[in-house]
Amino acid sequence: MSSTVSPFAPQPAQRRLWQFPGGLHLPDNKLQSTGRPISPAPLPPRLILPLQQHIGAPSELLVKPGEQVLKGQQIARAKGYVSAALHAPTSGRVSAIGPHPVPHPSGLSAPCIHIETDGAEEWAELPPPLPDFEQIEAATLRERIRWAGLVGLGGAAFPSAVKLNPGPDQPIHTLILNGAECEPYITCDDMLMRERADEVIAGARVLLHILGADRCLIGVEDNKPEAIAALRRALQGAGTLPIEVVVIPTLYPSGGEKQLIRVLTGREVPSNSIPAQIGVVCHNVGTAAAAADAVLHGRPLISRVVTLTGAAMAEPQNREVLIGTPADWLIAASGGYRPELARLVLGGPMMGISLHTDGIPLTKGANCLLATSAAESPHPGPALACIRCGACARCCPVSLLPQQLYWFARARDFDRIQDYDLFDCIECGCCAYVCPSQIPLVQYYRFAKTEIWAQEEEKRKADRARRRHEARVARLERLEQERKSRLRKRKEELSEGTAPSSGTAPGAHAKKAAIEAAMRRVAEKKSAEAVAPANTAELTEAQSRKIEAVKARRRGTAQGTEPAPEPAEDGEP
Amino acid sequence: MDFRALSSPHAALPSRVNQVMLDVILALAPGALAMTWYFGWGVAVNMGIAALTAVGSEALVMRWRGKPAAPVVGDLSALVTALLLGICLPPLLPWWITALGTAFAIVIVKQLYGGLGYNPFNPAMAGYVLLLISYPVQMTNWLPPSMLNTHPLGLGDTLVATFTGHLPAGLTWDSVSGATPLDEMRTRLAMHQMISEIRQSPLWGSFGARGWEWVGNWYLLGGLYLLWRRVITWQIPVSMLGALTLVAGLFWALDPQTHPFPAFHLFSGGAMLGAFFIATDPVTASTTRKGQLIYGAGIGVLVYIIRTWGGYPDAIAFSVLLMNIAAPTIDSYTQPRVFGHKGPRSD
Repeated sequence: MSSTVSPFAPQPAQRRLWQFPGGLHLPDNKLQSTGRPISPAPLPPRLILPLQQHIGAPSELLVKPGEQVLKGQQIARAKGYVSAALHAPTSGRVSAIGPHPVPHPSGLSAPCIHIETDGAEEWAELPPPLPDFEQIEAATLRERIRWAGLVGLGGAAFPSAVKLNPGPDQPIHTLILNGAECEPYITCDDMLMRERADEVIAGARVLLHILGADRCLIGVEDNKPEAIAALRRALQGAGTLPIEVVVIPTLYPSGGEKQLIRVLTGREVPSNSIPAQIGVVCHNVGTAAAAADAVLHGRPLISRVVTLTGAAMAEPQNREVLIGTPADWLIAASGGYRPELARLVLGGPMMGISLHTDGIPLTKGANCLLATSAAESPHPGPALACIRCGACARCCPVSLLPQQLYWFARARDFDRIQDYDLFDCIECGCCAYVCPSQIPLVQYYRFAKTEIWAQEEEKRKADRARRRHEARVARLERLEQERKSRLRKRKEELSEGTAPSSGTAPGAHAKKAAIEAAMRRVAEKKSAEAVAPANTAELTEAQSRKIEAVKARRRGTAQGTEPAPEPAEDGEP
Repeated sequence: MDFRALSSPHAALPSRVNQVMLDVILALAPGALAMTWYFGWGVAVNMGIAALTAVGSEALVMRWRGKPAAPVVGDLSALVTALLLGICLPPLLPWWITALGTAFAIVIVKQLYGGLGYNPFNPAMAGYVLLLISYPVQMTNWLPPSMLNTHPLGLGDTLVATFTGHLPAGLTWDSVSGATPLDEMRTRLAMHQMISEIRQSPLWGSFGARGWEWVGNWYLLGGLYLLWRRVITWQIPVSMLGALTLVAGLFWALDPQTHPFPAFHLFSGGAMLGAFFIATDPVTASTTRKGQLIYGAGIGVLVYIIRTWGGYPDAIAFSVLLMNIAAPTIDSYTQPRVFGHKGPRSD
């Protein structure tokens, strides 16, 4: 079906390629945005940088409102292992730190750093360039990548340093650079490979060295002959390297990580695991170029290439955009919309998210703004009943049975839907695209996944509460036992003490014993409090802080007079 | 600027149910025209009556259910059911029998189960079986093909016969109608005649029954169109016709004088129509690739069994309904291996 024959085929060494199940030949709509070279977007007056632009924990703030920042200065650092740092994309002043709508299907707001740019473009002090990286330890280079805030630029935005650290027990033999760019309309990787092939190859060398891999395969779909030629030219100029550009047939979704690995190596990444498990690591070509930038020039990730396209985009093109540039401002500065505008999509037509507003910032993972006309993406209208035609199952790249998954999702049968491997679904959208009943299938799968996650979270909470309750019951019982034994002891003491001197002031003696007993009780309770209960171990940091605050407050009010109250964390579940 | 956010994919989708159904109707056209050519206006009249009844009864049900009728009738699935049922009925069948079968198919078999996509049984075949069991005499009275028909009826005479039961002067029901080739073969085999004797009759053509064999070819052409349009997949037709040929061939090889040759089975009755248009009904068939092979083969084998040893001369309807019952179980046991998993799903 892929009739585009690359002018550069046959490949240098006829490499064997494999196939994944299903897949679709889609109208690729890429020519619109490849007409002009990548141009740097002008400097926007304001940048908005969400603290969470990546998979993992949100970055931790390093600046305060009103602070001046320099270009490339770290303004938030990675919090924990799976997280990423954030750098000021230009110099200016932090005008505010607060919520702003972010690119998310929900359309909700999230904490962002707002920077008023000053136009000076004054650079902060950067770490030294490492041109002789091949003599440097992998750990040092990984630290550099981590410092640069590098995340996967293909769209998933997973912190790259984590992916580059598979651990000593996972030897990596193959690095794959993903230049497939199988989604229709998007051309940012294509243009990057055409114009910056040298950087991609340099990035490949950096990543190869960090991973200690034997070879690197750069997979590019055969509808990008210019990119393939540019990469091969760059390879020729770089001497003998274990790097090969592999032309693969155009078939959506060959750019899916597991699909591309299958096409290039014939191996299937086992369900529920990562490519490193079979000795493969896969990075986007844009990520590789950014890695070269970080290592060879000491520059953090502060910009990326974004495709502006669609029938409702006046001037489809690719632009080098500072992270945090507002989408509406960028579109206005790039020719604006056409009047037939119907939908604005972040990403491609198959997997992209439809935006509620264009007042969102472009983040590290933003590869494309697609403004469609009503003719390009007509309103689907009401979905019809599933006729079980099986078109979805025939095109599913994971060999799922989408019609069955749909059935179970509708019935909220979350056990059966997991038996049918819902979590192997990559949400590529093939099933929804071919469905003659035009059922938004992927939407149903996302719903089911979220429901299952929510249920698991509920279960975890309930388990925690149950454990806490059991601990409390045990403790109360222990206290009761202790109280009883004290009483017994006291009775014995009383009977021993009073019997011989029954006539002399029995009341005074009893009172003294009672006071002593009460004081002992207080002391015991205090010491019981001092022993940290075991069931706080699982609390989050925030919860523990709150508990400490409550305890301190109570201690303050109850100083000396009352026996200390029960520790707060032992409260009823 | 604010937008209306919609779920992906954000593209014009290439397929729509009514287009699929329209393709089926288009593919059925050559076969329907051939049937009318060989067996007279009665075929077209039956299809017309069935179509009107189907659309009318579906609209009525939607009204009862308090839902808009236009989108449901507009998906054209009821029309397909009606045309498939109508084309199976004997020409000159009293109009109310056709209407009854169609209404049963649409109201009971399809809509009472929830409408398109929810019916476990093929509505057209369930309607056909209802009529075959209730009106066996009328349902087995076929006309001879045009080359053997000495009294072909015009459109007007056909309408009069269908709606009033009156034939033109000088004709009797016995003189215009006869048995189907499958029925003929069956009856004469039961009388212990040899195939070579039976084949002397002018009823037989070069590889099947006269007239019927050409109708079968036109259905085959329509089926190839459906394959080319990817409305159906090859699995069900190939496995059904393959299994029928294989079983028929086996018995024929054992004794060619008492068992008709395989082409007879393929080209004398409803095998071609069944393989490409009936068994491939997606709603009631198996959906997995492996399951479709089993499902189709099951129909092929059942067709041979019922034709040879069962109580009815043709068997497509019974076989399809029997395999409809098995389809969910077949699907459950033939799930494909999911990418990244070791073996097939244990379910």
